[in-house]
Amino acid sequence: MANLLIQCVGDPLRGDDGAGPEVARRLLAAPLPASVRVREHWGEGVELMQEWDRVTRVVLVDAAHSGAEPGIVHRFDPSNEPIPADFCYYCTHRFGVAEAVEMARALGYLPPDLRLIAIEGRDFGLGQPLSPAVAAAVEQVTAELLALARRED
Amino acid sequence: MSESPRDEQRVIQVDALARVEGEGALYLRVTDGVIQDLKFRIYEPPRFFEVLLQGRDFSDAPDITARICGICPMAYILSACQAMEQAAGVSVEGDLRALRRAAYCGEWIESHVLHAFLLHAPDFLGYPDAIRLSHDHPDLVRKALELKKLGNRILEVIGGRAVHPVNFRVGGLHGLPRRQALAELAKELERGLDLALELTRFTGGLDFPPFEYDYTCVSLRHPDEYAIQEGRIVSNRGLDIPVSEFEAHFDEEHVAHSNALHGFQKDSPEPYLVGPIARYNNNFQQLSQLAQEAARGAGLGPVVNNPFQSIVVRMIETVYAVEEALRLIRGYQEPAAACVSAEPRSARGYGCTEAPRGICYHRYDLDDRGHILEARIVPPTAQNQKQIERDLRGLVAHRLDLPDERLQWICEQAIRNYDPCISCATHFLKLTVERG
Repeated sequence: MANLLIQCVGDPLRGDDGAGPEVARRLLAAPLPASVRVREHWGEGVELMQEWDRVTRVVLVDAAHSGAEPGIVHRFDPSNEPIPADFCYYCTHRFGVAEAVEMARALGYLPPDLRLIAIEGRDFGLGQPLSPAVAAAVEQVTAELLALARRED
Repeated sequence: MSESPRDEQRVIQVDALARVEGEGALYLRVTDGVIQDLKFRIYEPPRFFEVLLQGRDFSDAPDITARICGICPMAYILSACQAMEQAAGVSVEGDLRALRRAAYCGEWIESHVLHAFLLHAPDFLGYPDAIRLSHDHPDLVRKALELKKLGNRILEVIGGRAVHPVNFRVGGLHGLPRRQALAELAKELERGLDLALELTRFTGGLDFPPFEYDYTCVSLRHPDEYAIQEGRIVSNRGLDIPVSEFEAHFDEEHVAHSNALHGFQKDSPEPYLVGPIARYNNNFQQLSQLAQEAARGAGLGPVVNNPFQSIVVRMIETVYAVEEALRLIRGYQEPAAACVSAEPRSARGYGCTEAPRGICYHRYDLDDRGHILEARIVPPTAQNQKQIERDLRGLVAHRLDLPDERLQWICEQAIRNYDPCISCATHFLKLTVERG
């Protein structure tokens, strides 16, 4: 059972939506404590929520499209505040991160500690690389999560 | 909203339909109480999978086509496998076949329960979404989530992972599942059967808007079982053909308002229906006794003509799928090998399986090295588009006195009867109603 679950949401084929998967790829390339689990996830909300069962601490990493400058890192504590419904980037499936959090809240399934890190994206085009500002934010978030994971050791 | 909607032009426009898989819209224009225009529009971009397959090795097709959909990858995997195995002149039988069928049952369970309770049930109960439903009916949603998870578990144990399973290949599987994992799964399925029956009873108690249509139901039929992963293509109008004759009877056409081709019958102007109601109406007698009893208990006879009752039919098929997966897993004897050899040759292969939303047709032409020369894929939602528009016209024609908000609600509910998978079909809804 994981004490810390890091769910990195997005589609690596959709430009800056690949921020989450890139964070996952970098974390998985590093030595991590056994109690830390890193998951790259396509973002289907029900499946995200069902992975929270018996996990103490969950960090969600996703791309945002709130209109802010690309590369800005937004941070939410969903146990204290709802995530704006249109905040995260969705392509086709409307039951995503924000909906998963709100449904989990209604059902009493929220983990004791849940955080959302959302990296503001700019270009979500098919086959596009990460924007430079988003790539820099990925590096910053990865370093932060590696430090968090190592404290689990 | 108009107080006297019959006396003026009304336009109802939904620019982005929620609670469907993919991106679609609805446009409705009514003038002096007469429908002038009604379009169910799929605007998700086309994805060109057939062209992407050209030149690829025949063994790549199951894994590539699985990416067409995250909800029903088994449909693509096994339709492609079936076609390639036919082209290679081999068949996958016995316990390997049983593992594939059990995994397909997993896909029906996760897809049907997701749609019935998280996407469609809010329409019947007056909620805008499943989150508000969860606030008022938390136990119901918890049970539905548990059952959906069971479908995913089947796919994980047999297919290696729940989304885009990786353990299936032309000729069988890459590896055999662990016996202990299957034994644990059987215990979960026993509990799942009770959940499926309870949730089916719940759907039977919903209020169904009065509407009926004499559907042309097209589905697979198999002589020995409720058809899922193979069979002949049949209809309730007397059609009974091998999969290889599909294109002689059915085709697709481009319409300007949709990025998904519209399926049609070559020898009839009538639209046709694929999916749970079509399967149920064509093959009711092959459902298990328990599933048939669940249907009767939920108030259904052997033929369903009210599309809003599709939510019940999905749950009856879920009962069947749980029971069938349990039967297959209990009877499973580990085979000597995980696959049979399939050597490529210059040939044409056909495949067709029952995706949760209806028949999913594949045809491939291969060269003598097993490279794909041409591929054709006809997914279920493309085939249902004309029937969806026909249902909407029939529904709206008798409800023009409704205010726009209520009219839009029932139109969206009617579209969700089809659990349309736009991602598959473009490879779905904005509603615009104009009244005048």
